[in-house]
Amino acid sequence: MSAILAATDSVSGSLGAVGYGLAAIGPGIGVGLIFGNGVQAMARQPEMTNVIRTNMFIGFALTEALALLGFVVPFVFP
Amino acid sequence: MSADVVLASEGGGCHLFSGCGFPAPGAEIFIFDPMFHIGPFEVTKPALVAAATAAIVIAFFWAAFSNAKLVPSRIQGLGEMGYLFVRDQIARPMIGKEGDRFVPYFMTLFFFIWMLNFMAFIPLIQLPVTSRVAFPALFAIVSWAIYMTLTFKRNGLVGGFRNLAVPSGLPGWVYILLTPIELLSNVIIRPFTLTIRLFANMFAGHMLIAVFSIGAWYLVSPSIIGMASATASFTMAIVMSAFELIIQFLQAYIFTMLVASYIGQALEEAH
Repeated sequence: MSAILAATDSVSGSLGAVGYGLAAIGPGIGVGLIFGNGVQAMARQPEMTNVIRTNMFIGFALTEALALLGFVVPFVFP
Repeated sequence: MSADVVLASEGGGCHLFSGCGFPAPGAEIFIFDPMFHIGPFEVTKPALVAAATAAIVIAFFWAAFSNAKLVPSRIQGLGEMGYLFVRDQIARPMIGKEGDRFVPYFMTLFFFIWMLNFMAFIPLIQLPVTSRVAFPALFAIVSWAIYMTLTFKRNGLVGGFRNLAVPSGLPGWVYILLTPIELLSNVIIRPFTLTIRLFANMFAGHMLIAVFSIGAWYLVSPSIIGMASATASFTMAIVMSAFELIIQFLQAYIFTMLVASYIGQALEEAH
């Protein structure tokens, strides 16, 4: 924690951008997993494509919300 | 040339090598002065565009369905395609047999949100209205009210809370942890994330296009590297616009689908 506080003193420029970069890691992995597994599922069972796609987009939307929260926060708390 | 480029040029004609920094766009590109007043209300550009969009959507479906025939005319065929998409891709998979009852609401949501998003590409307007948080917030609040009403109407007071907070089929001790989380997630976080998802997507998309458009204008300068970068930046603005076109549709679809899945959950019989 003290290392982070020390870093905030020495890092110049937009910390918001750095923070968003960090915040996007998790959702990035999540979205990759969702679409990767979704496409794999569609390839394995093409007749279920519609159901898979619908559920894939729900999962995508839920995960993406996290990345977008990270995007909005710097505007809310400047 | 997009409005953002014009905006940048109004901001002093900043160019590379002319001794001024990159005029990066901020949240201020979404803030408008009131154009005129109706009583105590200040009417700004987003409000005006939203009213116009509503009129366009109403006019389209009026033209499509006011005089419906068995053999559809061209515009009725288009309207029916939209109706079938919402019914077969959103309402029925998410809600089931009862889904048809809610199709009118989903139609309104889907097409209104889509057209509000699409306003980003109408020349001279070029503003996705949903990038003002009030619009998605209103859609989310109305949808949330429907979700809550249906939950308690269908399941009663106790059953409603059970539907919201106690998912069935888990070992007993999990509920101590899960019940507060589920309640918080379903009642408070859901409308909030619905709002943020739509708002932030449109906000970010518009900002991205603005950055590349202003970047292209800024890089226009008497040098080969500058012109090459300006071309690249402008190309990127066009590519991003194409990407946004998909995102606009996708966000309207996801918003409607999530609302449908919430309603489907509310109507689910207790096991």
